[in-house]
Amino acid sequence: MAIHLTVNGRSMTVDVPGDTPLLWVLRDVLHMRGTKYGCGIGQCGSCTVHLGGQPAYSCITPVSSVTAPVTTIEGLSADGSHPVQRAWLDVDVPQCGYCQAGQMMTTAALLAKTPHPTDAEIDSALNRNLCRCGTYVRIREAVHKAAALITGSPTPHAHAQNAGSPPGAPVEPAA
Amino acid sequence: MMNLTRRSFFQVTALSGGGMLIGTIIERAALGQQPPQHKAPPLEPNAFIRIAPDGTVTLISRNPEIGQGIKTMLPMLIAEELEVDWKSVKTEQADLDARYGGQTTGGSRAASNNWIPMRQMGAAARQMLISAAAKQWNVAESECYAKNGRVYHRSTDRSLGYGELAAVAATMPVPDLDSLKFKDEAAYSIIGRPTLGVDVPDIVSGKPIFGIDFEMPGMLYAVYEKCPVFGGKVVSANLDAVKKLPGVRYAFALEGAVTQIGNVIEGDPGLESGVAIVADTWWAAQSARAKLEVKWDEGPGARQSSEGFASHALELSKQKPQRALKEDGNVEEAFSAGAKVLEAAYSYPFISHAPMEPRNSSARFKDGKLELWTSSQQPARGRALVSKILAIPESDITIHLLRAGGAFGRGLTNDYLVEAAAIAMKVPVPVKLLWTREDDMGHDYYRPGGFHYLKGAVDSSGKLIAWRNHFVSFGDGEKWANAAAISPNEFPSTFVPNFGLYSSVMPLVLKTGALRAPSANSQCFVMQSFIDELAHAAQKDPIEFRLALLDTPPAGGQKRNYDVPRMRAVLQAVADRSGWGKRKLADGRALGVAFQYSFQGYFAHVAEVSVSAKQAIQVHKMWVCGDVGSQIINPSGAEAQGQGAVIDGLSELMNQEITLDAHGHVVQTNYNQHGLLRIRQAPQIDIHFVKSDNPPTGLGEPALPPVIPAVCNAIFAATGRRIRSLPIAKLGYTWA
Repeated sequence: MAIHLTVNGRSMTVDVPGDTPLLWVLRDVLHMRGTKYGCGIGQCGSCTVHLGGQPAYSCITPVSSVTAPVTTIEGLSADGSHPVQRAWLDVDVPQCGYCQAGQMMTTAALLAKTPHPTDAEIDSALNRNLCRCGTYVRIREAVHKAAALITGSPTPHAHAQNAGSPPGAPVEPAA
Repeated sequence: MMNLTRRSFFQVTALSGGGMLIGTIIERAALGQQPPQHKAPPLEPNAFIRIAPDGTVTLISRNPEIGQGIKTMLPMLIAEELEVDWKSVKTEQADLDARYGGQTTGGSRAASNNWIPMRQMGAAARQMLISAAAKQWNVAESECYAKNGRVYHRSTDRSLGYGELAAVAATMPVPDLDSLKFKDEAAYSIIGRPTLGVDVPDIVSGKPIFGIDFEMPGMLYAVYEKCPVFGGKVVSANLDAVKKLPGVRYAFALEGAVTQIGNVIEGDPGLESGVAIVADTWWAAQSARAKLEVKWDEGPGARQSSEGFASHALELSKQKPQRALKEDGNVEEAFSAGAKVLEAAYSYPFISHAPMEPRNSSARFKDGKLELWTSSQQPARGRALVSKILAIPESDITIHLLRAGGAFGRGLTNDYLVEAAAIAMKVPVPVKLLWTREDDMGHDYYRPGGFHYLKGAVDSSGKLIAWRNHFVSFGDGEKWANAAAISPNEFPSTFVPNFGLYSSVMPLVLKTGALRAPSANSQCFVMQSFIDELAHAAQKDPIEFRLALLDTPPAGGQKRNYDVPRMRAVLQAVADRSGWGKRKLADGRALGVAFQYSFQGYFAHVAEVSVSAKQAIQVHKMWVCGDVGSQIINPSGAEAQGQGAVIDGLSELMNQEITLDAHGHVVQTNYNQHGLLRIRQAPQIDIHFVKSDNPPTGLGEPALPPVIPAVCNAIFAATGRRIRSLPIAKLGYTWA
């Protein structure tokens, strides 16, 4: 069925069975693969996106039920400049990194509502996201840092950073 | 020791664009790796370093990245000696290629295996660039030095960038690796600095860098349904009906080819029988799977259960052990002389790796060649397995390595890779195979469960004089099930004058394998808990008791592969940092301690814990002290590994258990049944490294084992209740 969506500010129509979880529409139909599959039952939060600004598990959200605008990790900022992304870089939060899109989306939603969260408020909001590598201590630190960035008290980079990897997707094979 | 020295061939190749490519053919013996499966093409470039004419330096990381930070750490070693500005360095993940030498991630070996060779790569290239500049200026090399990607002539202040020098440098003689002079550690500007993970910018912006993210034009998506019992085979399936479902392009059964099932399963036994569904989208394949009906022949695995294992183990514990693994002194005599004699039965369950990214691989079979994209930790073994099972020469298999969303040992086996390859060989298009979480947890290589029947004695002075352990595990005769062994050197072996380690094994038709800190992750819980029981029986302070134990000379003067001063130092350090015995704890709180030597690292932890009347536990803080040698190469990554180990251990402690029901089916298949710690329960964590005069060693594993016993020992100190089986949720405990 044809379903109308607004994803990261762009209007679009997708033709998929209505019970398809939003996650799989994002990943395999729209090819936006920043949102991750972890459990499929709304336990781990790797698939967290915003629906109308609220964090939601896209793995258990049938696409036909989506009426609010969708924001994904790709839509947090075009260039990685969102305070949450900058804070995650400053604190060097990720280990494997797989769950972090979900962690950051939950954090962005939290900070929009609670600009200066306490540790208890952070724990309460982020309890819906699992991290198998155990980055929770750094997540707490990064949420505080993101809050500080939003309210304009920037903190210096804590880590040396290199020029990075070649941008974008894994190597495409020769045709 | 790892050293390239004379057994290596250094290679330099001029790039067509005028750049320079430098690398080595590394004799496998020098790296302690498996012999090459391929004949290395002797004149092709083997690159660890690429310097482009514009001066861009690209460094290649050879080992699979699973979140342990290798893609940052290995290039840091090269860059330090190459004398380049880290900010300007690019990093790349190597594909599987014999020219890189061993490419396995496991055993926390990357730091020790690469500490010398990767710095030699950088130092040799630096030397050649200096030689090129000296030649160009017609001055002595000794008048030149390299800094920040340029070579300078000391007296005239002339300089040339690496990019400008690369083409000439490629023609310079390769230095004898033995003659290379490493930088003085005091001059390090990269090693020892907290360094951001090189992929973090891509991670925080959601770039598709993981195995699951791989896509290529024309690709279809696959699921693979296997028997709920390992080794079960497809008898029949409603394939015709499945093929008619929306989006489904192909559906077929694979007979499978696994190593014959005896009383134990081989590690990485091959392709399991199952049904593949290939569809336009993964969700279409997965939706069709819900309508798939398979009749299975479940085989002998259906006759085993967790309850059966437990009762069998208890039975064996009452019999004479099947094997004696170590006997020092006279244990039975010493027991009769003991002032206090304790007996205790400990056990721990099977558990799953449960990395956040479910296993997956992509594959394309075209013109007789197989191309694979995977996050295997052991891709060379994966290629060999694919070759063997699917009868395709290794030389026709290419493996690309993609970042893994965690692995913790799950990637050491290659079942998902063989499945993807087998499916791709049956269809004319590339496929991505993705497991569900249930596939991942229900078909893991589990950390084996185990049972320990212990007896120990202290004398009237409080000294541990006798220790007997009958370990009941899984295996067949003298063959252990994969990762189910105990080492005869497992602590406190050699530290107790009268020591007996015995074993009996039970058959097991289930895949088992290495989980982060294999063996130590379970043994440490048992040994450090029972040592704690004995310390309390001796009415000694748990740290004093352990220090005295460490001071015990080796029984019978035997050789000991254990650096006692290093362990003493971390134990003292963790006592100091946690204020052990020095501060008044808040009401209801108590401390527990444990230590473990594993994977070349010495670690001691202290946990501060409180337990409510309703058995709700709060871990307030964990102190982790470790000695992994003279350098912490990337302090940010090192601290992260320590923090992660604590969280990992707490997850295992409370919630993790894989059980088999009465029909041999795995009961727990998702995170709601095999839980991970959530942020609300995450304690404060203090990580401290004690530096010692030893070459740097790895951190992926050794910080994990002491976590569980440190907390259990704190629970005892707080409540007087001793934890002797895991997970503790089964004993009525919860998180506060």
